[in-house]
Amino acid sequence: MALYFIKRLLLSVLVVVIVIVALFLLTYAIPGDPARVALGPRANAELVAEFRQRMGLDQPLLVQLYNFFTSLLRGDLGRDAVSGEPVLNTVLSQLPDTLYLVLGSVIVALIPGVLLGILSARYRGGIIDRISSVLSVSVMSVPAFVIAIYLLLVFSIQLGWFPAIGAGTGFWDRLHRLVLPSLALGLAWIGYIARILRASILEEMNEGHVRTARAFGLSENKIMFDYVLRIAILPMITVLGIGIGQMLSSAVFAEVVFGRPGIGKLVFDAIISRNYPIVTGAVLVTTIFFVIVNLAADLLVAWLNPKVRHDLSR
Amino acid sequence: MSVQNALEVRDLNISYKVPGGKLRALRDINLNVPRGEIVGLVGESGCGKTTLMQTILGLQSSAAVTESGQIMLGDTDLLTLRPKQMRNLLGDRISAVFQDPMKSLNPVLTIGRQMTDIQFRHNISQREKRDRAVEMLQKVRIPDPESRLDQYAFEFSGGMRQRIAIAMALMAEPDVLVADEPTTALDATLELTTIDLLRDLQQDIGCAIIFITHHLGVVAELCQSVNIMYAGEMVESGPTRAVFDAPQHPYTELLFNCDPAQIPERTRHLPTIGGELPSLINLPPGCVFEGRCPKAFGPCAEIHPRRVQSGGSDMVKCHLRDPEVPQ
Ligand SMILES: Nc1ncnc2c1ncn2[C@@H]1O[C@H](COP(=O)(O)OP(=O)(O)OP(=O)(O)O)[C@@H](O)[C@H]1O
Ligand SMILES: [Mg+2]
Repeated sequence: MALYFIKRLLLSVLVVVIVIVALFLLTYAIPGDPARVALGPRANAELVAEFRQRMGLDQPLLVQLYNFFTSLLRGDLGRDAVSGEPVLNTVLSQLPDTLYLVLGSVIVALIPGVLLGILSARYRGGIIDRISSVLSVSVMSVPAFVIAIYLLLVFSIQLGWFPAIGAGTGFWDRLHRLVLPSLALGLAWIGYIARILRASILEEMNEGHVRTARAFGLSENKIMFDYVLRIAILPMITVLGIGIGQMLSSAVFAEVVFGRPGIGKLVFDAIISRNYPIVTGAVLVTTIFFVIVNLAADLLVAWLNPKVRHDLSR
Repeated sequence: MSVQNALEVRDLNISYKVPGGKLRALRDINLNVPRGEIVGLVGESGCGKTTLMQTILGLQSSAAVTESGQIMLGDTDLLTLRPKQMRNLLGDRISAVFQDPMKSLNPVLTIGRQMTDIQFRHNISQREKRDRAVEMLQKVRIPDPESRLDQYAFEFSGGMRQRIAIAMALMAEPDVLVADEPTTALDATLELTTIDLLRDLQQDIGCAIIFITHHLGVVAELCQSVNIMYAGEMVESGPTRAVFDAPQHPYTELLFNCDPAQIPERTRHLPTIGGELPSLINLPPGCVFEGRCPKAFGPCAEIHPRRVQSGGSDMVKCHLRDPEVPQ
């Protein structure tokens, strides 16, 4: 079993390495000279050449890749091509706002999703089950940015319940402003989580141990919460790990639409101004975050299985 | 309800809703389970044994429809109880052991947790519940029960799991235990020890057992009376000795022609008989066994046989044994 953990860890590292190489090649392949972009159209050729040399842009591809890796290992993601600030600082300063947004979206997705999942499994074919099945299909097919724009139109502009722009200051103001963007990212996942959970609950309900529990007269609530959910929750944890990745990528739209600071907004602005070091750094930090979340989800699923814990402790 | 019966099934009819119509899984089933006795229920695959067990426990599938009948536990007809009332009896006055010991325990809760959970009716401390669980595991000969309570199902062998299941089922000292092929998944040696154990505990507690099995040798060994089912009907019932010595129904006879001792230990299934089971959706008008019966004659294809008493058997459903049918 320890082998599983090692394999899983190596896989995560591999994913990060592949993303780094891909990012590197991508910046290389993008049209437009980063030196020109950084220095502006009026910089003379000498200055551009000097900049290229300082940034190592005149080296062969493999040497550049090697340099890229070694500086990454030192935590050096390069410098902002516009402001000259270290990229890592800029990216990390924007990370918390995005994390709050993702956390908010997870809460929006998870609490109603789990409730709906349990209720539609418990009352299969009933009204809640049917509503949640229709909802999951219809909401899931609407892109997050469309939901975001509608939420904005209705709740901020028409009804004026929520401020339209910004992340706010102070706990309550921030929370207030987090509501709409979290809904925009989280809503689509409610139905999905509900369906996944419902399916795994129903599957588990057919297992012999549930029949045994019933044959001892245990109540349906007890069986659901103590005997079934412990197992049925596992596929959902894995899905949620992947869902967080989706939410991170949808965060770009949500942050732009709601004018919030964050990684998404940072990347969006950086792409427009061809500020490649920022794009690379932001994507890399996000990828590492996503890989860690997925790793955590998988390890949690494994650890919740007593057989795995048992094998590990030996 | 005769006082000496712990459980009595009367004229039970159960069908399943299926795409082609109604599958009449149980028809006019009668079963007497005397207090403190072990009653065998035998029949080939698909004859309705599990359906009968599930109906007794009130745990039938949602496709099952109870057409008519009664299941008397003391003075109570279980079929008239509401789900909550039925739950109050389960694990208290009626218990069950299921066929597959690998699947009948929860995989993510410790054995101890499961054994204390089922004592939810008792107003005693967790400590006392644990002690009772330990005591019960001792009775089913699980070594070192105190520490094994903290282990999970996968840490036990199949035989041990089935003994744990038996311990759980008997902990509440029920009036009736329903055991659906509890030893079929075990190998021959384990089957014998498990059966000895079950009999010892049964004598200790004095409960009645409905023992469902494919294995005639086990019936001969364990059961005071035997009930033979065929295609959803009870075709013969009587004291084990009498039925084994002189089977009255041609189906029983065919089963026993093959001496139980000679049934290969490897398969331990009922001997196979040529011919096909009738469709339970479109039943033939006559006897259900007519298509496979070597002794079928005049009325068998047309007229459904009555229940008669014959030889040493209390009940047999066959025109051959009916004194009013011209032979
Ligand atoms: N949920 C169900 N829906 C429809 N038909 C069913 C259902 N369960 C059982 N049946 C049918 O009812 C009949 C009796 O099945 P049952 O499982 O009670 O037999 P059994 O005697 O327990 O067989 P086995 O020895 O294989 O366990 C079979 O024809 C079976 O196909
Ligand atoms: Mg069965």
